Amino acid sequence: MPKIKLPTKSPHIDMTPMVDLFCVVLIFLMLTATMRQTEPAPVDTPFSISEKPTPNFNVMTLLLSKNDKVYLNFDNGPDTTLRFRPRILAEMGKRYNIEFTEAELKEFEKYPSSMGVPILKMKEFLAIKDVKQRAAIETGIPIDSTDNQLADWILYTRQINPNVQACIKGDSKTSYPLVKRVLDIMQEKNVKQFNLITSLDAVKINLAEIQK
Amino acid sequence: MAEIIQEEKAGGKKKAKKLAPHIDMTPMVDLMCLLITFFMLTTAFNKPKIMEIVLPEKQTDPNAEPPKIPGSRTLNIILGPDNKIYWYPGVVKPEDYNNLPPLQETDFSATGIRKMLLERNRALFKKIDVLNNLVLTGKLVISQDSVKGSIKQLKKDDDTGPIVLIKAFKKANYGNVVDIFDEMNICGVAHYMLVDITWFEEKMVETATGIAPTPTTPTKK
Repeated sequence: MPKIKLPTKSPHIDMTPMVDLFCVVLIFLMLTATMRQTEPAPVDTPFSISEKPTPNFNVMTLLLSKNDKVYLNFDNGPDTTLRFRPRILAEMGKRYNIEFTEAELKEFEKYPSSMGVPILKMKEFLAIKDVKQRAAIETGIPIDSTDNQLADWILYTRQINPNVQACIKGDSKTSYPLVKRVLDIMQEKNVKQFNLITSLDAVKINLAEIQK
Repeated sequence: MAEIIQEEKAGGKKKAKKLAPHIDMTPMVDLMCLLITFFMLTTAFNKPKIMEIVLPEKQTDPNAEPPKIPGSRTLNIILGPDNKIYWYPGVVKPEDYNNLPPLQETDFSATGIRKMLLERNRALFKKIDVLNNLVLTGKLVISQDSVKGSIKQLKKDDDTGPIVLIKAFKKANYGNVVDIFDEMNICGVAHYMLVDITWFEEKMVETATGIAPTPTTPTKK
């Protein structure tokens, strides 16, 4: 019996179109990439119909986490020579009698995400390199009336960068009393206008339908 | 047949030359796959949006008169626990302590709070809707900025819609606050503000929800 011979095909597949496609996707992603900021606490922002994008500069972001901790972040200014971050930290140090070294100020300047440490632990915080160990001492910025460091942060941020806009980024599950406390502190410091960070969720309403 | 064999023979000689332009692209594809996955996971595609809120000035003078608002247009919305909303119209004074109005219960759905707000704010909402439709259908050609300006003017001139006082019970959460502000924007309510809840309103919510009232001393604020 003659054996049936299957035509031997070369196992090679031409991958050039695939590579082309990948190249295009890769270049697109690289150009549009704005790195997602890592946050010290996971935050699910609530939804709204607002379409205004967050500004890139002159923002002070208050992060209110689910477990009632307050974190703060502010940018370094639209110009790298302004160096708002180290200057604000230096002012805070002066207020609490802590001398920060040049290296520590540099470390704080390039620290990318929100921080939530009491000022007394700031030196220790900046010395740690490991993310997990950092998270362990992040107990949130104190907001009690006896030790209101958040108010000081807001005060110095506004003194050094007068154009700063306050943004509140809260988790939907954050309890209202904490929000109220933060709003009160802002009001005391004369911040009347601020922005709530939300995710877009378009809503269309039909007047006739609702009237039925 | 003979021809084919001949061709094969000829091809066999050139084999070394034929292989040369073939480059194995598998490692390149692998690398690209990795890079694409990395970028896709680290990119934040949609930038978060912001919603602007303006708080009233802090009252520093305790004897200062609070701004007068007509009671007939006042609508009190209280954010309760478990994503519930309670509301009552009009003004309640601390003296009416024994005669509190009943609270209406509703929720954040389209048929709940939105319907209630739209019923009260229909006149203004219709005006804004008509303006938006004119712009959308191209009957009115004005810039986006002037549309916003006109809507602002419409809201400013509005004197029939509700004045909404938003209050939050202590068990409400931040999501509720944002949702209610969002609802105000959707329904085009002209006047709304976030104010402190009063002790009798807390009592009203407590009786409505059946939560055991916490011992609070009636303090006048």
